[in-house]
Amino acid sequence: MTMHRRTVVKAMLACGALVGLGAVIPGAAFAARNKDAFSSDDQAKAMQALFDAEPANSQDIVLKAPSIAENGAVVPVTVSTEMTGVESISIFVADNPTPLVAEFMIPAGTKASVATRIRMGKTSTITAVVKADGKLFSTARETKVTIGGCGG
Amino acid sequence: MAGIFKVKAKAKDGVTKVKMLAKHVMETGQRKDKKTGEIIPAKFIQEITVQHAGNTVFSGQLGTAMSKNPYFSFTFTGGAKGEELSISWTENTGASATETAKIK
Repeated sequence: MTMHRRTVVKAMLACGALVGLGAVIPGAAFAARNKDAFSSDDQAKAMQALFDAEPANSQDIVLKAPSIAENGAVVPVTVSTEMTGVESISIFVADNPTPLVAEFMIPAGTKASVATRIRMGKTSTITAVVKADGKLFSTARETKVTIGGCGG
Repeated sequence: MAGIFKVKAKAKDGVTKVKMLAKHVMETGQRKDKKTGEIIPAKFIQEITVQHAGNTVFSGQLGTAMSKNPYFSFTFTGGAKGEELSISWTENTGASATETAKIK
């Protein structure tokens, strides 16, 4: 019986190692999609993986989201800014299983204003990160969720 | 799969405002089937690109936290009534498609 338990433990360890490897390889293979950032369960790590830097707080980003969302499965969010040279707009929800919601590329000629709808598992802060002229800016606000959007 | 996107694009004074809604489950891979208790595999749109006259006017990398039937709205300079937008999307399953929509 003891032997049997050993093998199970070993198998579990091997599994863990495989999962670890799996997380690293796709990141290298698909440069276009930042899998590490999208699969990270920690907001700070996701930001690090996506931008390799920390954004500075800014008053120039307008993040529109309800203060109370009745249904976490559909939370309307609008991010806009008057900054020039905006390259991308990203949205994070800190307490979601994977905080990075989406990264929108803003090519020249497109207004730095994006509206979309996101899921929220529970009450959390929503953070919008704007990349403009290679610099990062962010703003955050809290949305209370009465019914989560991740449960079955 | 023809046409999961419903697009409303309106050109006015040289600026086009686009609102689009996709009909898609955006399955996160974290929900369980209530009957069998098995995890429903993830199925979501992970990449979307909108082009107008050969130029990309909007693109996004999406995670699983996009809502079901995701909605996007953006505005770009250029575009005129009658011109076409082409919308390409890719699922995490590898499925992809390109659709077109007319600017009104």
